[in-house]
Amino acid sequence: MASYSLAKFGAGLEIRLRALFYSVGGRCALPIYLLFVIGFVAPLLLIIGFAFTESHSFSLLSSFSLGNFGEIFDPSSGIWKSFAWSLLFAFIVTIALALICYPIAVGMVRILGKKWASLVSLLFVFPLFISENVRLYGWVLFFVKNGILDGTMRLLGGEGPDLLFTPELTVFGLIYSYLPYMLFPTVLGVSLVDKDLLVAARDLGASRLQTLREIELPLAMPGIVIGMLLTFVLSAGAMSEAKILGGQSVIVLTHDIDIAFTYAQNWPLGAALAVSFTVIVALLIYAVFSRLDIDRILGGKR
Amino acid sequence: MLLVHSRDSGCALLCKLWIALVLVFIYLPVLCGAVSSLSKSRYFIFPLKAYSWTWWERTFNSLEIHTLVCNSLLIAIVVTVISTLIAFGGALAFARYSWRGKRLYQKIILLPIFFPQPVLGLALLLWFNTLGLELSWATAAFAHLVWITPVVTLVIAIQVYGFDPTLEVAARDLGASPWQIFREITLPLLWPGIWSGMLFAFLLSWGNFPLSLYTTGVDNTIPKWLFSKMSAGYTPMVPALGTMSTIAMAAIMIVGGLLVKLHHRHQGRA
Repeated sequence: MASYSLAKFGAGLEIRLRALFYSVGGRCALPIYLLFVIGFVAPLLLIIGFAFTESHSFSLLSSFSLGNFGEIFDPSSGIWKSFAWSLLFAFIVTIALALICYPIAVGMVRILGKKWASLVSLLFVFPLFISENVRLYGWVLFFVKNGILDGTMRLLGGEGPDLLFTPELTVFGLIYSYLPYMLFPTVLGVSLVDKDLLVAARDLGASRLQTLREIELPLAMPGIVIGMLLTFVLSAGAMSEAKILGGQSVIVLTHDIDIAFTYAQNWPLGAALAVSFTVIVALLIYAVFSRLDIDRILGGKR
Repeated sequence: MLLVHSRDSGCALLCKLWIALVLVFIYLPVLCGAVSSLSKSRYFIFPLKAYSWTWWERTFNSLEIHTLVCNSLLIAIVVTVISTLIAFGGALAFARYSWRGKRLYQKIILLPIFFPQPVLGLALLLWFNTLGLELSWATAAFAHLVWITPVVTLVIAIQVYGFDPTLEVAARDLGASPWQIFREITLPLLWPGIWSGMLFAFLLSWGNFPLSLYTTGVDNTIPKWLFSKMSAGYTPMVPALGTMSTIAMAAIMIVGGLLVKLHHRHQGRA
């Protein structure tokens, strides 16, 4: 039975490889596949290898151990806390951004004219090109004592709130940083909704809420889900926000991985953390991607 | 939010207000950086007592910063050229041709975009280490490529989706050689997409911090230098350099965008 399914797998693989080399499309895809294997698959495999190596070892496959994973999920080590913080932050950020971005996307697709919509989307793209730490540092200058907010409040006879270096401000920074990542997929999703369907629903007497819940949202869902996936994964794996705005009041997951690799010189532990995180990410991506038709979303093909 | 009834116009107004508000929120920290870079004093106290260009001048004349700019430029240019070449083929495979394995391919090559960059940077650091490669601008450029090439592929693919493949067939029926078809039909029609892809590649590479953090070695880039200065204590050179970099990128984006527009217009006339 096993040899049969192995043979079947082999045949499937052969067909795929043949398609890769003997079709024009496949040959066009070869360079990027090559980059993907050398620059993405190989490093990930390496990390997996290190994750199963004995603690504090620097040579790959010299030993085999599950101890690193044990350490992560050992309640007394406290490493699980950074995991929990990162996932909690990512959860809050994803919900908040979905709510913030949906009206913007609707506005860009249906309310603003074509010219204004392209200007607005340009304005939302541009921050992606400014290094995230420059933008986050701007917020430090805004919130810091004697900074913009505090200084303005003082002029008015008050005093600025002391928000800098708190977990709340980390969440704020994450929402700020990942807004474009939620917005653009949502815009794609909203533009999939056929305007005539909405008019029809309204003409047939559906209330605004009904139209939204039963027609608009389901049709725009592919885009919204991609946006939420992107936001969740990237904000769970973010580091600068917690370091710059959170002032390390909370150690997030990526920061713990960073510490393991640098100060602690414990590569296997860092690798095990990275692998555990990657497994969560991979499961989420698989759940979403397996139900996705990319040609329809990007090409508008039905 | 649909403009069917007159009461919907109130909703539309609210929506526009919300967009304006969020845009202010997006650009507020950029503005804060710009204001603080114009302070005369070494320390930042708002409202500023005296404005001056001192820190801009100092930043502009600093030799250390010249090196940073050269490193960042070198990496960004190499990344732009290579990623666009690879992504051009990648985008054709993504949107132009239908082939066995395409659906899987469309999902697989997007994976690096859906992966947190700090973790990718660390994984690549280990990988370079294992291969015995010394960290330099070249390893950083490679790290950028892993993440930026899929983005550029997407940007070009969106243009390819709007491309009518029957034009190629028509050219072939009229006796054009494959090379002629490519040079005179495919390339000119896809050029706006390629150009936007190049812009994305350059700008994303220039501003990238999480990948550079682990992969540049001694060849420091601007975002990495800014980060090290941020944690070391305040100097007005940080917002000054950040603001300069932002202005330069805005200029590149505007000029690049205008060129795409001119090209469109030119094509429309031809």
